[in-house]
Amino acid sequence: MSQAIHLETPLTPEKVKGLKVGDNVLISGVIYTGRDAAHKKMVEALEQGEDLPFTMQDQVIYFVGPTPAKEGQVIGSAGPTTSGRMDAYSPKLIAEGLTGMIGKGLRSLEVIEAMKKYGAVYFGAIGGAGALIAKRIVSAEVIAYPELGPEAVRRLVVKDFPVIVIIDHEGNNLYEIGKAQYRRV
Amino acid sequence: MKEVRVEEIVSAVEKLCIEANYDLGSDIMTGFQQALKDERSPLGQEVLARLIENAEIAHQERVPMCQDTGMAVLFVEVGQDLHVVGGSLTEALNEGVRRGYDRGYLRKSVVNDPFERVNTGDNTPAVIHYDIVTGAALRLVVAPKGFGSENMGGLKMCKPSEGLEGALQFVVDTVDQAGGNPCPPIIVGVGVGGTMEKATFLAKKSLLRDVGKHNQVERLAKIEEELLERINRLGIGPQGFGGVTTALAVNLEVYPTHIAGMPVAVNIGCHATRHKEITLQGREG
Repeated sequence: MSQAIHLETPLTPEKVKGLKVGDNVLISGVIYTGRDAAHKKMVEALEQGEDLPFTMQDQVIYFVGPTPAKEGQVIGSAGPTTSGRMDAYSPKLIAEGLTGMIGKGLRSLEVIEAMKKYGAVYFGAIGGAGALIAKRIVSAEVIAYPELGPEAVRRLVVKDFPVIVIIDHEGNNLYEIGKAQYRRV
Repeated sequence: MKEVRVEEIVSAVEKLCIEANYDLGSDIMTGFQQALKDERSPLGQEVLARLIENAEIAHQERVPMCQDTGMAVLFVEVGQDLHVVGGSLTEALNEGVRRGYDRGYLRKSVVNDPFERVNTGDNTPAVIHYDIVTGAALRLVVAPKGFGSENMGGLKMCKPSEGLEGALQFVVDTVDQAGGNPCPPIIVGVGVGGTMEKATFLAKKSLLRDVGKHNQVERLAKIEEELLERINRLGIGPQGFGGVTTALAVNLEVYPTHIAGMPVAVNIGCHATRHKEITLQGREG
């Protein structure tokens, strides 16, 4: 496996351009959480001209709905959810300036086109490794939609949060490249 | 008549919900270790090593291995000579789920209605499958099911003329289209025969079988082996990053069916396929 790249957020356009498919990246800094219900609300807010819970410019959204934190824990288990369910919403947030998404699984052509057009990266965290990933989250605070429970929007501070670049800003896709390398059918 | 009290059932289900989410089965751990030896992709090896580490953290620190602690699926075998006393069996099972998800700090992922989608707040109701068996015992199996993998299953009402190859190709295609979504390395549950709902039930139930154990019918065990080999030739690999370990096991169950049909169901289990069980013996009332 390649040497890890240390990346500090915010994820500026220059940093986006420096990331290539398959890169092993450790993210530190602020990232935001959001999944199905929060994405629906954010896009509705945009359409109605209302403010978003945070400014999208150069930010990273992590698709996650954690388990409740036990006493003494910053957050419960917090692995990625399937990104495809956010496909209907992601292009609109990318157009607003979002430059990074962390999740797992396939993305639609529309998302990839928006990533290429505006310059964004799709990172994969290890699905199902929720206990391990939680250890890289330094703080967590609900900043919007608390009524959504695990689906509320949280502001996380992370330290060396492990991800892989699955789709880079040129549209190169690890799911296609990796599969082709080992496919024998 | 022998009896079991509902309080005992509530406590048992509570404990099983928590243990299922904190303690990965040793069969899957063994599967990870073997896959780590067989995997050729460096990224795939890295993923497998982290999954082993994750399961160890969950077990030692008593936290859920995955944040999707699932919808609780229960398989309940009720002995026909057993009397449940003190309340409703179904209510006791749901109360056990309610307590387990609360006290175990598990995520509440159930919504009240597929269209209204308001979280019920306690992860109930569970999906409960009852079976009446001989004897005076109550066997409870709790299998929390995450939806990253659940969403990638499929059903095809194959024509008998499609034959075995048609059925196998549908299974392989379903896994291929799922790609990295269901958190590979996966366990592939396959149910063939019966009616539409019987096939899907068999596919789900087959996921309770330990990784490494084949169907006891040799002919069917061979089909499982062939399917596993074909699936692992797809190249999807751990997390879909490419590799030779897409599935740890294929579990096939079959049932007699109608002259005009061949239902084929695929239920995919993620690498955190969870199930814990207990048998409560009835006592003299």
